Amino acid sequence: MNIRHAKTFLLGALALGFLVSVAASHFNSYWLFITYDIAINVILAVSLNLINGYTGQFSLGHAGFMAVGAYTAAVITNQFGDLNPFAAGAVFSGALLAGGALAAGAGLLVGIPTLRLRGDYLAIVTLGFGEIIRVIFQNMQGVGGARGLSVAHGWTDFFWAFGAAAAAVYVVAALVHSTYGRGFLAVRDDEVAASAMGINPVRYKVTAFVVGAFFAGVAGGLYAHSKQFITPGGFNFMQSVSIVVMVILGGMGNTVGVILAAVLLTLLPEFLRPIAEYRMILYSLLLVVLMLARPQGLFTFRKQGDAK
Amino acid sequence: MLEIKNLQVSYGAIPALHGISLSVKAGSIVTLIGANGAGKTTALKAISGLLKPKTGEILYEGKNIAGLPPHHIVKLGLSHVPEGRMIFTNLTVLENLQLGAYLEKDRRVIRRELEHVFGLFPRLQERQPQLAGTLSGGEQQMLAIGRALMGRPRLLLLDEPSLGLAPLLIKTIFEKIVEINREQGLTVLLVEQNANLALEISHFGYVLETGRIALSGESASLRQNPQVQSAYLGG
Repeated sequence: MNIRHAKTFLLGALALGFLVSVAASHFNSYWLFITYDIAINVILAVSLNLINGYTGQFSLGHAGFMAVGAYTAAVITNQFGDLNPFAAGAVFSGALLAGGALAAGAGLLVGIPTLRLRGDYLAIVTLGFGEIIRVIFQNMQGVGGARGLSVAHGWTDFFWAFGAAAAAVYVVAALVHSTYGRGFLAVRDDEVAASAMGINPVRYKVTAFVVGAFFAGVAGGLYAHSKQFITPGGFNFMQSVSIVVMVILGGMGNTVGVILAAVLLTLLPEFLRPIAEYRMILYSLLLVVLMLARPQGLFTFRKQGDAK
Repeated sequence: MLEIKNLQVSYGAIPALHGISLSVKAGSIVTLIGANGAGKTTALKAISGLLKPKTGEILYEGKNIAGLPPHHIVKLGLSHVPEGRMIFTNLTVLENLQLGAYLEKDRRVIRRELEHVFGLFPRLQERQPQLAGTLSGGEQQMLAIGRALMGRPRLLLLDEPSLGLAPLLIKTIFEKIVEINREQGLTVLLVEQNANLALEISHFGYVLETGRIALSGESASLRQNPQVQSAYLGG
């Protein structure tokens, strides 16, 4: 996806989001909520793709960043009663940004000490971080602890969800396809050679972590205001893994592929609902088959999906 | 231009360089020859900042750069072509070259340097949109050198450019090194196992043996030295 496509996508998603949010009351609310899930998963997958796909790190803690954003945004909006639409919009956007900012801070916190680690080791440390976050929320009585936290406002709608998704896609695409952004790809390919070119790998890795965590935080805020109830268990290791699966299935470092994978993997379990208890078995089997058939990613057709 | 005094480098507890001193005059080609494990690559990596020296001074244009991070050293006009080429295999040839000019903001300068590299290695021009990993070994070496030149260095550190290449290609690469040195006055510090070729194109040479400088002198006289001949030149 080049930058022009990204801009078109951004404007298109915003316009569509606005139109649909106006007409939202006419839709089946079950499917409406699934579309929010799609947008949230797109944000999570695209932002993780910046870390795992483009920069070549391996983070397994994305759900942790999401939790930070979800709890921050929820605590902020819970301070307010019923608001008129404009005030609600202002409070909600502020809460989402605050959630993103705090998650980005957490990203910085994890990013700096773990920079010397690579591959498996980095995966283990980020996994540990994600679990620590979850356990912290579990023991924080102020936000309900293990009982979870009710979110007063269901403000996430089509407009907010897809607006944020479009912004995430745009920022990641713009970042990676700039001259500056080629540094991410260089760090992924060969760190030593990259530093011999005058690139500071540390800065790129921290940037990837901070930007990735920011959008995970925003996604968390949207999630909280869509479900209206969050528990620490919702941000467990499996949630991190399912985001990693979206990135791998879509093709590491392939934005379009990762978006499609996020959509597909959100819808797939819903379509499999009729077969009830066999659902997760079939889902896992599908993943195995897909990975065997297309290890380079379901939607990667050239070796470098979107180099141009 | 480059003056190294008593440089010591260790990998953990194991010393690789026991205090070497050498100097590189501006505009010259200086070579560092020696067997496997003598410390040639270690010396280059310490100069470009990829390894931190234990003690010693590395004076580049009068400034001590020992221990600076590599991205600072590159800014000073010192480019390193690492051993084994280390090109970005998942990026195209053009993207690799553009990364070489990573610190240059002026697009016109980048375009001019690109023309210049393509003039030097026309093969790279033909292969622009190709992924670098699909190039042949010789082409990858050309790309690695071209990428380093994109940063408009004043001192080029070349690590084993002949590694794994066919003799004919080695000749081409070495001719290009001489050409770059002669026409642009680019100073070159060349690390080589192929002592014969290295001494042929260089002005001054150092022989490194297990982390110490064993011999040094004008390349022409080193080639006549019986010790060097028996140990490195197969004579």
